[in-house]
Amino acid sequence: MTGPLVDRPLAQVTDSSVNTTALVVLVALFLVVTVLGFLASRWRRAESLDSLDEWGLGGRKFGTWVTWFLLGGDLYTAYTFVAVPAAMFSLGAVAGFFAVPYTIILYPIIFLFMARLWSVSHRHGYVTTADFVRGRYDDRHLSLAVSVTGFVATMPYIALQLVGIQAVLEVAGVGGGDNIIAQDAPLLIAFAVLAAYTYSSGLRAPAIIAFVKDALIYVVIIVAVIYLPSQVGGWDDIFGAAQDKMATPNPDTGAPTGSFIPGDGQMWAYATLGLGSAMALFMYPHSVTASLSSGSRDTIRRNAAILPAYSFVLGLLALLGWVAIAAGTDVTGLDGEKNPQLVVPQLFEDFFPDWFVGVAFAAIAIGALVPAAIMSIAAANTFSRNIYKEWLKKDATPQQEAKVSKLMSLVVKAFALVFVLTLDKQNAINFQLLGGIWILQTFPAIVFSLYTRWFHRKALLGGWAVGMVYGTVEAYQVSSAATDHFGGSLAEIPGLGDMGYIAITAFSLNLVVTVLLTLLLHALQVPNGRDATTAGDYYADAGDPRVDSDLAAADPLAVEPDLPGGRDGGDAGTAR
Amino acid sequence: MSLGSPDDAGTPTDPTGVPPTDRRKLALACVCLAIPVVALLGVPSYAREDPSIGGIPFFFWYQFLWVFLCSGLTWTAYLLTRSARRGGRR
Repeated sequence: MTGPLVDRPLAQVTDSSVNTTALVVLVALFLVVTVLGFLASRWRRAESLDSLDEWGLGGRKFGTWVTWFLLGGDLYTAYTFVAVPAAMFSLGAVAGFFAVPYTIILYPIIFLFMARLWSVSHRHGYVTTADFVRGRYDDRHLSLAVSVTGFVATMPYIALQLVGIQAVLEVAGVGGGDNIIAQDAPLLIAFAVLAAYTYSSGLRAPAIIAFVKDALIYVVIIVAVIYLPSQVGGWDDIFGAAQDKMATPNPDTGAPTGSFIPGDGQMWAYATLGLGSAMALFMYPHSVTASLSSGSRDTIRRNAAILPAYSFVLGLLALLGWVAIAAGTDVTGLDGEKNPQLVVPQLFEDFFPDWFVGVAFAAIAIGALVPAAIMSIAAANTFSRNIYKEWLKKDATPQQEAKVSKLMSLVVKAFALVFVLTLDKQNAINFQLLGGIWILQTFPAIVFSLYTRWFHRKALLGGWAVGMVYGTVEAYQVSSAATDHFGGSLAEIPGLGDMGYIAITAFSLNLVVTVLLTLLLHALQVPNGRDATTAGDYYADAGDPRVDSDLAAADPLAVEPDLPGGRDGGDAGTAR
Repeated sequence: MSLGSPDDAGTPTDPTGVPPTDRRKLALACVCLAIPVVALLGVPSYAREDPSIGGIPFFFWYQFLWVFLCSGLTWTAYLLTRSARRGGRR
């Protein structure tokens, strides 16, 4: 990318020395959350953590505010906090600011379907979306497709949380350099600690740590947005500098560097990026895990109204990418290459006293730990419930399930670490991009099935397959200045001519195939599986008894309390 | 910890377990939910610089404004759905 072309009123010399004060604050705050993470197992203590309900869903009883912090800490990840301002800084509004409409329209969408998913999961003890699909259609293959897609899409997401920590460490002066051990040691230690308390405390650990993370993020961003603009000449100058930079032709391509405000031909891109990302987010296992851990049907709906507070902060953070343009922030990394992902940490280091820089870095680093923990738990639950129990060991007890989940959460994190340390970081970004396209292809099987069983299970599988293949091929063919393949999320929408988000095009194709196949299969009178759910299940609330299903709690030997927390009446047990 | 959600023993009247529902209120709730989605997906309606406020172009402050509008509309939809399932059940 091009260097900053604006005047640099406050150009800073990037110093590569270690910022000791900031590091001390960072380490101190990290220690605080480590202690909290281990203590979390005692919070709202369960008799035993040896079931997915307890270890993997925190007992399914988090109230409105705990869920608010947990979901906020889960959805607004460290990678988001690093990547969105980086995209604003280097490519402008279409690439970066779409995160704001995305995280606004997200909430009406989840308001609609998440209460139904919560109710049916509460009733049948579902832990993952694949559990629900299995119960709805009695179809192992469709359920496997949903679970594998979720698992594979989550893995690179975990890896990218490490990128957030790396960016902070690099600007703080550690990492980088030649010594491989010294370079990666801080990251290894951070992840080992994370893995240890996730293993011992389960979902309770990120739920507690999320309080610290979110408080730090709010303080840091609000201080930055109040203080920084006056230091670089006010919002007029900031937007002026951004407009100049985005209009300047890129010397490699001759096209403008980026977009200031979406222009002609970019409207579809902006709208489809927002819509596609919003529809996809709650298909990810970690979003579902955090939602199902809430204590009542209404918790999630109340949260849909109060979670946008985080979207406001995300929007402010996006604008910091442009504040950095006006400030002339130098994003040269320790390896001498330009890396836009350093933009926010570097901006803070240039303008704030060392102790506050430490707080800001801690906010980002701890911000990586919360989603990384929830994602690894969610991926592990998906594996143990929908792959291990469904395909490998059908008679697994809840204890065995929980044990496999705990071990899997370690494996998943180890994999993410190896991924980031051995492969080029670009791979993680490519897979994350692909993951977003893939995960949206499970939307019809999950969300439509919450309302209707008109769609045929084999048609849903067929539509999914077509969407996956089309999306992958399209994404592979996108080239950019930096890479030949997987160069971005946008491709021409066939028949329209404008650029649009590939996930939405693939989703549309998925939908057409699903509808056509459904009509065909119904005409041929192919059976559509057995439905384990009833209409009333989709309205169940806390206090309603759980029904035995062929999936969860099916083991008569398991001494599992029907619902933890004692919120149920005495009529728990088999309802029919 | 939840904000006083009444977990009282409302018994479903329908044999399928579907609680009684005021469909008009539910439809109104859906309208509340649709408004922000339609407004923000209509990008050409707000992709412009003027009028700017305090140096911030229209495009940006308008979307920030929708954070609050969407939050309010979603809360309204929440109250409507609660009231639509009469009997204080949910």
